[in-house]
Amino acid sequence: MLSIKEILETIKMVQEENLDIRTITMGISLRDCCHPEVELACRKIYDKITRLAENLVKVGEQISREYGIPIVNKRISVTPISQIAECSQGEDYLPFARALERAAEAVGVNFIGGFSALVHKGFRRGDKLLVRAIPQALAETERVCASVNLATTEAGINMDAVYQMGKIIKETAELTASRDGLGCAKLVVFANAPEDNPFMAGAFHGTGEPECVINVGVSGPGVVKRAVEKLGCADFGALAEVIKKTAFKVTRMGELVGRRAAELLQVPFGIVDISLAPTPARGDSVAEIIEAMGLERCGTHGTTAALALLNDAVKKGGAMASSYVGGLSGSFIPVSEDAGMIRAVQEKALNLEKLEAMTCVCSVGLDMIAVPGDTSAETIAAIIADEVAIGVINHKTTAVRIIPAPGKKVGDFVEFGGLLGRAPVMEINPFSAAAFVQRGGRIPAPIHSLSN
Amino acid sequence: MTQAKKKQGGNRVIISVLGPDRVGIIASVATILADHNINILDISQTTLQEYFAMMLIADMTKSSIDLDCLKEKLIAKGKELGVRIDAQHEDVFNFMHRI
Repeated sequence: MLSIKEILETIKMVQEENLDIRTITMGISLRDCCHPEVELACRKIYDKITRLAENLVKVGEQISREYGIPIVNKRISVTPISQIAECSQGEDYLPFARALERAAEAVGVNFIGGFSALVHKGFRRGDKLLVRAIPQALAETERVCASVNLATTEAGINMDAVYQMGKIIKETAELTASRDGLGCAKLVVFANAPEDNPFMAGAFHGTGEPECVINVGVSGPGVVKRAVEKLGCADFGALAEVIKKTAFKVTRMGELVGRRAAELLQVPFGIVDISLAPTPARGDSVAEIIEAMGLERCGTHGTTAALALLNDAVKKGGAMASSYVGGLSGSFIPVSEDAGMIRAVQEKALNLEKLEAMTCVCSVGLDMIAVPGDTSAETIAAIIADEVAIGVINHKTTAVRIIPAPGKKVGDFVEFGGLLGRAPVMEINPFSAAAFVQRGGRIPAPIHSLSN
Repeated sequence: MTQAKKKQGGNRVIISVLGPDRVGIIASVATILADHNINILDISQTTLQEYFAMMLIADMTKSSIDLDCLKEKLIAKGKELGVRIDAQHEDVFNFMHRI
């Protein structure tokens, strides 16, 4: 029989420590939606998404009531659109973005991911056309998210694509200048992109995935922070232990909700993504967990070690709690979506270089970083190249979601609101990387022996 | 496994009451449950400082209303009494605290 203490602990996690299920994401294959006519292909896409995801929001809300746990987002990921649109004769891929937007709106989800291309070794016709359509697609739509995989450990880094994405990110920011460059918050570039990621903006339904699947992303930085605070000044073994136990409990909720959603929707259950995902809400912050471990501010010396411990303990606890773990599965350190990270940047405890070092030991890279509006496409490309190199060499996923905020300078703020939060504009290195990124070609895949 | 679980106790809910202590909380909750043929299996309570916490495990197998409807009635009663009352499926606690 359950004890009153256990029951109270669960209720407290939800009521006071912001425990929630961040997202139930339905992955849908669109491979059977190809058609030479753009209009017909778009109709097939719309019909398929609205048919399969018809009850997604309803089921999410039902489970949320049944278990008394908030399920914050219901979302959809689809097959990378470049692979579907390529079969059509059209050169303009905006209609595909509009079809995704309409479908997302019809079923009531707040984001749909998969306006994507995988170009780590090179561009095909469809990839080129899709990438070209990204800025306008993100400016025109609200719910569509775009992602591009630029590098893998097996293929190396497609530097032509890196440079081009530097330009595309600039263009996306300019087209959404009136909203502080909001388009860039819906665009992420990857190294080693996972095929089953439920989190936006990088979710897409990979080619090895089934027809339709339910993936779940949990949250829980607030719960971990509270547990670390309660522990007080114990040694590192005890610290890792308490994080593991807490991550286990948090992940069990994801497992329960995922299984139930899959059962009710009659769709296979894919994975639980065990990432700690912060929100701008007070106390729901990864930076504050790091500070609770004994660092005065996130970003000071010791932060990388603290984050490494946190990330590893979360994985160990999470992996025990779920039958299938996947997606990004680590700690997220987005600047704009984490009140503690914002404070650390404002107080100059945290800079871009330290953030980059932190991404070596956790997922998922430089996330929701605002930089001055006059940052060149070449510098953005160089920032991306650095980050994907970390992923490629270390055999892990890394990503960049960067906002060159139009008209903004260091110290200004960009405001997106909601889950995307607000971000202070960060300082970048003023020296040029142009001649480097303009070389073109591909950085070869790394060797994986001789690993010191 | 899900099937087996359902047979064992798929209809058990945990009703929790949190708030300042006052006369009649247990009676009010028990009345709602009795009115809808919901069987109480276990009750425990504790006081955390001046706050009152009660947990009640109930079986809804023969209930005349569903969980959504029960929740609504309990939440309304909670507002009237100035306490927070909720009902959640038992699985959520079992999943978190039992392997």
